[in-house]
Amino acid sequence: MKHIVIGVLGAAAFGMMATAASADTLGDVKARGFIKCGVNTGLAGFSAPNAQGEWTGLDVDFCRAVAAAVFGDGTKVKFTGLSAKDRFTALQSGEVDILSRNTTWTINRDTAQGLNFAGVTYYDGQGFMINKKSLPDVNSALQLSGASICVQAGTTTELNMADYFRANKMEYNPVVFEKFEEANAAYDAGRCDAYTTDQSGLYAVRLQMKSPDDHVVLPEIISKEPLGPSVRQGDDKWFDIVKWTYYALLNTEEAGITKANVDEMLKSDNPEIKRLLGVEAETKIGTDLGVGNDWVVNIVRATGNYGEIFERNVGAETPLKISRGVNALWTKGGLQYGMPIR
Amino acid sequence: MQEHDMSWVRTEMVLAQAAPRSQVGVAAWLQKNLFASAVDTAMTLVALLAIAWALPHILNWLFFDAVWTGTDRTACLTTEQGGQLPAGWSGACWPFVGSRFGQFMFGRYPYDERWRVMLAGALFLVLLVPLLIPRVPYKRLNAILFFGVFPFVCFWLLVGGFLGLRYVETPLWGGLMVTLVLSYVGIVVSLPLGILLALGRRSHMPIVKLLSVIFIEAVRGVPLVTVLFMASFMLPLFVPPGMTFDKLLRALIGVALFASAYMAEVVRGGLQAIPKGQYEGADSLGLGYWQKMGFIVMPQALTLVIPGIVNTFIGMFKDTTLVLIISMFDLLGVVKQNISGDPTWATPQTAKTGYVFAAAIFWIFCFGMSRYSQFMERRLATSHKR
Repeated sequence: MKHIVIGVLGAAAFGMMATAASADTLGDVKARGFIKCGVNTGLAGFSAPNAQGEWTGLDVDFCRAVAAAVFGDGTKVKFTGLSAKDRFTALQSGEVDILSRNTTWTINRDTAQGLNFAGVTYYDGQGFMINKKSLPDVNSALQLSGASICVQAGTTTELNMADYFRANKMEYNPVVFEKFEEANAAYDAGRCDAYTTDQSGLYAVRLQMKSPDDHVVLPEIISKEPLGPSVRQGDDKWFDIVKWTYYALLNTEEAGITKANVDEMLKSDNPEIKRLLGVEAETKIGTDLGVGNDWVVNIVRATGNYGEIFERNVGAETPLKISRGVNALWTKGGLQYGMPIR
Repeated sequence: MQEHDMSWVRTEMVLAQAAPRSQVGVAAWLQKNLFASAVDTAMTLVALLAIAWALPHILNWLFFDAVWTGTDRTACLTTEQGGQLPAGWSGACWPFVGSRFGQFMFGRYPYDERWRVMLAGALFLVLLVPLLIPRVPYKRLNAILFFGVFPFVCFWLLVGGFLGLRYVETPLWGGLMVTLVLSYVGIVVSLPLGILLALGRRSHMPIVKLLSVIFIEAVRGVPLVTVLFMASFMLPLFVPPGMTFDKLLRALIGVALFASAYMAEVVRGGLQAIPKGQYEGADSLGLGYWQKMGFIVMPQALTLVIPGIVNTFIGMFKDTTLVLIISMFDLLGVVKQNISGDPTWATPQTAKTGYVFAAAIFWIFCFGMSRYSQFMERRLATSHKR
């Protein structure tokens, strides 16, 4: 009897999954008047409330950009903090329209979990940090043979590290901690030679060290962690809007259009800029997408281009001091490549 | 009449004398309580040493070495970290708590509307304090206002949306406010519901008994985290599209039902301690079931289990921190969020300071409840006093 009940409930749950989230997200969003965006509950530089209680961060700004594209107003978005456990359920059940929560794009999530990734807003990867006072000669992860390494338990981080050391035929000694804070404290106290987690996390951890300047992040990246926004499968229109908002952010940076100069750029004679900003005569780029033709202008006015978002939240002027690196535009040796808007 | 020689009988009273020096005063108290035996002396000395070793560190960290003013993380950094403080410094970073105090109390409740929360808090105190002091009259009116009227006023003030107040959606709520709302609702719902369930479980009516047992055992059999998680993330998958329940409401129901099941077992413990004679006495007076329970059994049973009831309340007060798992930010959740997500205050001391602050607030509330329950126990222990 019990099994039958569970079976029925389970079947109902999966049956509902398909219908719980309506297939016309854009229509729902417009009727509702705001976008529901799922973000991390607190990750330095990516999403966290500031002193006034407003959400800030790279992932947060991306949702504001989508709101600007749809409504012409970057404030028409409501944020829901989600934990790593509940993020996919929240998206599938329609509790959020976009999941912009430092989520790694993997095939499993793209297929089995029913997500569609719109792009990679931050190329992250697992790295190592060492104390250069205690290990002055080390400047590459390949020199870490025999090192003890602090790591958080139960994460893919632990497995990636095992793979990396085995592949390079090096010995290592993992010092595993249940909690992030414990691993930090142990590394800071000198219990391990190195600390490993995603590189963006390493920069945040470094701020909490007793002497941050003694610690360096080694250049090697041992895993691919492309982080990006995702939407539900089965709604291509909404998927397109989110995807092209991301490309619009990249293309405006490439064209040199910023929050400050967007009004001047509207008068530009450059055909590419005119096309991008929707000031060409009889343009249909925006309306074909399902938004206004001035959508790119609205995005830049609300959040600035991708480079501005990056610098404002995690860049050299912020406490995190993350350099653009692989997140630079393709024209500057990075991986960020905006598909042409034409 | 025969003369008796009474010379061996004392004829005047001996005046009361002061107690011997060895029995009174500071020295005697110390002797009796701290140095009564060799083991006691050793334990006292060890404890004193431990205090002498720890206390200066704690006080220095909390007060004397702490930073009190500042606008961002540089205020709490040592010279080697890029700040002004001497190398090796360690102390609380209070300006972090200061700059985020509003969030710790109200979450992201809109700044201009925070007076509503404060007004609700003030009303809560105005109604609660006279209710707790036995001397103050009008208890019945007070109780009706506190349990019957206040929830509605509070709902109007906090949620708004009608009678001239702007609507504030619950995802913006947070901090101590959410902790208190969850606890208040949990306490107000769980005690009466728990009593009913306890009576139901001891009832002779099979269906009532069965339902009560099923509810109690089912709820006690699963962790609160599971209940919250189910209510928050699985429920939306079951209900028709477009139908949503407020997340806070779901958490409130989860916490209240959960506490009720525990409360029921506490009350049942009290009911079992009442001798059969009390029931029979009530029956022989011709009292009906509810009169018997209300006038004879429950007053005795509840008095017996005050420690258990308060224990459940305190446990529930602390359990409210679990709502973090469904992305609601109670006091601890907000503190954690600000520690992990805020690069402007990221220093080695920030996390400790935040957690110490949260611990202090929780301790104040729990200790308050505990002391009040001891006071009530002493006051109500009229028949079982030892």
